[in-house]
Amino acid sequence: MNRLIVLIAAAAFACSAPAAERLKIGFLSTLSGPAAGLGVEIRDGFELALKLAGGSLGGLPTEVVFADDQLNPEVGKQLTERLIRRDRVNLMTGIVFSNVMLAVWPSIEQSKMFYVAPNSTPTNISGKGCSPYFFSASWPNEAHHEAAGHFATSKGYKNAYLIAPNYPAGKDSLTGFKRGYKGKIVAEVYTKLNQLDYSAELAQIRAANPDTLYAFLPGGMGINFIKQFVASGMSRDIQLVVPGFVSDQDVVRAVGEPMLGLFDTSHWAYDLDNEANRKFVAAFEKEHKRIPSLFAEQGYTAALVIDAAVRAAKGKVEDVKAFRQALMSAPARVKTPRGDWKVAHNGTPIQDYYVRVLAKDNQGRIVNKKIGTVLNDHVDFWAKECAMK
Amino acid sequence: MPWILFLEQLLNGLQFGLMLFLLAAGLTLVFGIMDMINLAHGSLYMIGAYLMASFSQATGSFWAALPLALAATALVGAMLELTVLRRLYERDHLAQVLATFAIILIANEAVRLIWGSQPIMLNGPAALSGPVELPGGVHYASYRLMIIGVGAAVAVLLYFLVTRTRAGMLVRAGASNREMALAMGVDIKRLFTVVFAVGAALAALAGAMLGPILAVQVGMGENILILAFVVIVIGGIGSIRGAFVGALLVGLVDTMGRALLPMAFALVFRPQVASNLGPSVSSILIYVLMAAVLFLRPQGLFPARG
Repeated sequence: MNRLIVLIAAAAFACSAPAAERLKIGFLSTLSGPAAGLGVEIRDGFELALKLAGGSLGGLPTEVVFADDQLNPEVGKQLTERLIRRDRVNLMTGIVFSNVMLAVWPSIEQSKMFYVAPNSTPTNISGKGCSPYFFSASWPNEAHHEAAGHFATSKGYKNAYLIAPNYPAGKDSLTGFKRGYKGKIVAEVYTKLNQLDYSAELAQIRAANPDTLYAFLPGGMGINFIKQFVASGMSRDIQLVVPGFVSDQDVVRAVGEPMLGLFDTSHWAYDLDNEANRKFVAAFEKEHKRIPSLFAEQGYTAALVIDAAVRAAKGKVEDVKAFRQALMSAPARVKTPRGDWKVAHNGTPIQDYYVRVLAKDNQGRIVNKKIGTVLNDHVDFWAKECAMK
Repeated sequence: MPWILFLEQLLNGLQFGLMLFLLAAGLTLVFGIMDMINLAHGSLYMIGAYLMASFSQATGSFWAALPLALAATALVGAMLELTVLRRLYERDHLAQVLATFAIILIANEAVRLIWGSQPIMLNGPAALSGPVELPGGVHYASYRLMIIGVGAAVAVLLYFLVTRTRAGMLVRAGASNREMALAMGVDIKRLFTVVFAVGAALAALAGAMLGPILAVQVGMGENILILAFVVIVIGGIGSIRGAFVGALLVGLVDTMGRALLPMAFALVFRPQVASNLGPSVSSILIYVLMAAVLFLRPQGLFPARG
């Protein structure tokens, strides 16, 4: 009799889509080499959320398989194949850089594997090439730049000088800025990728004497530029504005005092006034003895979204329709550090963007303080090109 | 182009060139005397900058930290020569490239283990944090002026060392004909270690000086190492004078190209074309220079070997 019950139960179990008993997440990120700082920050945020959730997401014991793409698209592709075929992960996350993202995305999509973006959300994947398997827990690639353009307009800057590296993301960034900016563009300068010395450009900026200078120079380039800009004395007359992801804590720790007074735009600030954010910032500082950057927030939020979605889908990650629905409604069911947000039909966030200033907090630490909201419920510009429902 | 802008670019080119010289001087000596390609020279530059950052945080003074960082990096350089590089002199260039490339990877990961993945802070002395007004109304970063002073002083010192002292004579002898120097009883082993340590200290000086205006981060050495190699190829391998002239040429051509070319293109082409063409052409300008020099003088401008 007992055996019969077991058999019936087994048969019933086999008929419905099986719910996973464990969750295996493939975390492909840039964890070594010169650009590893951002990947490590995202990983630390993600692992913190997992730790606070007691090691299980959506009620399932969770294992994270880390893979290091070394900022090499080819390596990223091989590791993606390994994560999907050999490690048989249930879903993927982790990628920092858009060139890696664009290289590995076809493999992920063809395997019908869900991907939750903790950073890179390229316009190709959010626009025409949108996909039910893609979900962004960060921000569309152009959003910070667009917000900066709106901010420069609202501040009444009559003319702006733009500078970015000479590569696709550099051009996209200035396109985003110009979409939001209504003033006059004095000049649009593209510099060599990984340029060290900006003295030639700075001399020209001084000669042009614009109201504001918008610089998209990620990583070490931004550190070089800000140090040299301040040393030249121009920061007294020309207001520097940058996207928030090139001026957060990782850069503050490298530049320090010269950054004071700089404006940046972001979807998050460490002093955002909500319960989930206070919990996140306090836990991160306790764990890592440093203030989290927005990259850590994105990793943390990606984990929270996965947690909520897996729970809502009752663990059926393989059931495409159910899990997609669970993902799309996840932000409504979980409190994240950035506050309330929704999801557009292309899987990218509809959220607020803030302007922050680099200033000292009451302990004398240099932080990105929120000073206002630039865009409310901003929808990705490229969502209109996404044919998906 | 107003002459003030031109003068400012001239100073910028000079400053960048002098820093390249500090790096290239060590590289060219090692390459010229020991016939050894040391790709890890950039790692010594990185280690110098990191040690400088740590020492200046510990001592609270830029100037107190500088000699400490130089001495510590020279020590690292000497240890590297004694333990690893010494075994590579007899090997061919391919083995040297492979081995020193491995050292780059090891150094990068070691720095990450010690100091973390994210760039660290290194700021110049507070007194030099702003600009100064030069005669003629040019506002120029005072820190960059100081770099020009230090670079020029080191260049003079090196020139004196190499041309007027006994140690310099041995170095020149080793560079122009190693076998003959050996046959004449020069203690080549000790000479190599000393030269390598001095090269490491020069790289550290470049790292320490550039740290306050560049990012101090893992991998910072590779970017600048390529330029240093261009410098020694232009100047002639093994020649300090060649490294000096080559470094100033590269510094000036790079800076002037970035400043002048976009303006020149704007006069000739439509703005759209000019803004695309300017950065692309100016970024290859120093390689065009290198190709031109190699075409006219395959041994470089001042070949050390007669």
